[in-house]
Amino acid sequence: MSGKILLASDGSEHALRAADEAIKLAKAFEKEIVVAYVIDFDRSKEDVLHSNGSLDREQKRKKQLQSTEQKLINESVSYTVKVLHGVPGPTIVEYANKNAVDYVVIGSRGLNGLQGMVLGSVSHKVAKRVNCPVLIVK
Amino acid sequence: MAEKLKQEWFSNIRGDILSGLVVALALIPEAIAFSIIAGVDPMVGLYASFCIAVVISFVGGRPAMISAATGAMALVMVTLVKDHGLQYLFAATILTGILQLTFGWLKIARLMKFIPRSVMVGFVNALAILIFMAQVPHFVGISTMTYVFVAATLAIIYILPRFVKVVPSPLVAIITMTIIAIYGDFNLRTVGDLGTITQSLPSFFIPDVPLNFETLSIIFPTALALSIVGLLESLLTASIVDDMTDTGSNKHREARGQGIANIINGFFGGMAGCAMIGQSVINVKSGGRGRLSTFTAGAVLMFLIMVLGGVVVQIPMPALVGVMIMVSIGTFDWSSITSMKKIPLTDTIVMIVTVVTVVITHDLSKGVFAGIILSALFFTAKISKVKVTSSQKEHTLNYRAEGQIFFASVTDFVEEFDYQPEGIKNVTIDFSEAHIWDDSGVAAVDKIVLKYRDNGIDVVLSGLNEASSSMIKKMAVHDKPGARLTGH
Repeated sequence: MSGKILLASDGSEHALRAADEAIKLAKAFEKEIVVAYVIDFDRSKEDVLHSNGSLDREQKRKKQLQSTEQKLINESVSYTVKVLHGVPGPTIVEYANKNAVDYVVIGSRGLNGLQGMVLGSVSHKVAKRVNCPVLIVK
Repeated sequence: MAEKLKQEWFSNIRGDILSGLVVALALIPEAIAFSIIAGVDPMVGLYASFCIAVVISFVGGRPAMISAATGAMALVMVTLVKDHGLQYLFAATILTGILQLTFGWLKIARLMKFIPRSVMVGFVNALAILIFMAQVPHFVGISTMTYVFVAATLAIIYILPRFVKVVPSPLVAIITMTIIAIYGDFNLRTVGDLGTITQSLPSFFIPDVPLNFETLSIIFPTALALSIVGLLESLLTASIVDDMTDTGSNKHREARGQGIANIINGFFGGMAGCAMIGQSVINVKSGGRGRLSTFTAGAVLMFLIMVLGGVVVQIPMPALVGVMIMVSIGTFDWSSITSMKKIPLTDTIVMIVTVVTVVITHDLSKGVFAGIILSALFFTAKISKVKVTSSQKEHTLNYRAEGQIFFASVTDFVEEFDYQPEGIKNVTIDFSEAHIWDDSGVAAVDKIVLKYRDNGIDVVLSGLNEASSSMIKKMAVHDKPGARLTGH
């Protein structure tokens, strides 16, 4: 069991609660956390239009994860941040399976309002298709 | 080299071919509709989309980006087509290509960083509004059935993707509405009423225009506007594809590629085109990553037209209008409205001025220039604010200057000082938080020093950074013998 814990985060309330659980897991099993932040394809146009170049964009996105990162720093859990591009569900699944993570921790809904409220679709898809145990945090 | 070529073309064959198919299907209605906006036969837009997509797949700098006939370009060429006809459009397209190729060689992509984001937001919003406005004559006040068809098309476009994601919903809408129109007698206008479809490959010819200065003076203004608009949208799209795929691209090569594509396109009877944000996003979303996706899109598009040409003329106009309304909704940057409260007011003003200029002049390039000039003025106004603070210690008055001292700020700067202070024998001015940029700045310092000297007060300057003090040494007169206020 040498893999990491993948924490899917979009900076939302649910993702923050997921971070708490991921921290518990990381401490219990002495694992590193990878914070995966997926930028939806549809967001790219908006973000490119509203930023001055790629550095500025990177910074703005990292800002979304600030409170998540703060939690991890406070609990002194070692972590890395991975910004991915694509459709949130499949992208997390692909990354998790490719990099053989040990656990995926994900909030039950994200910032993506309506869709998540009706279906909880991202966490549902992830739970169905990831090869490792998935912890969905309410 | 060979390795890179292989990687760019054949590293994602299945994904590229599939996404290319999807894009080809999504391109057909748009290419026809953009031709109608420009006032030319649908074939002109279809040939353009074929030529540009195929050529750019080889010479472009951003793999997986889709270039074809576009709304932005169609809107710029309307007047030329109306006043001078098709042959002049082909000539203008070739000239556009030549200009873009030249700009590409001059590495004009570097200048993109000087275009403020609020101008780019204004650009896409204006484009969306113009595309929508161009649809109005095709559906307002024609017949009730026209409204029904537009509404039904939009319903299919927006509802279908919730259930079926593989086929582009605009295409399904077009097919459905065409079938209904053919079998029902609704008396709707069709694409055939506005032009003809030829089921043949484009062929090489030289535009039938006199090769003289008069022709050049007719086509040059349009070609210049086209080349600027085309490069702007292409480079913006390239950045979006870069971000989506998390890869880099060669913007200079892309600029040159757009030029080459338009030159060839003009000789094969196409209208000038550029990269398309919407289609490129569809391509990447559908799995396209390499050059093969762009090539497939162009080639399949031509193949479908040759096979289906007879059906294409039967497409009812309201269905195309529906697709274009979708394009305009998709083009508009809706976040620019929600973010208005968060961003500086000047950014919003620049965006709105850009949009209004475009809507009035119908020329995207004019809007961009208006926006750039306005934001440059705002920027100058913003950085020309200088702050001067003072403190008194016995007989010495200490000033501290903060900000940029240059032509736009010197008037305020000079007025910040009290030249007849009571009981003061010495004045010091600390420049460590300031920068003197030009001869106006130096002149201002001179004026201040000499004014005090006239009143019998000695001035000591301190904290000048290297650039500022070397400017003073070179140009100032206050430190030279016999200095007078009239020096400047």
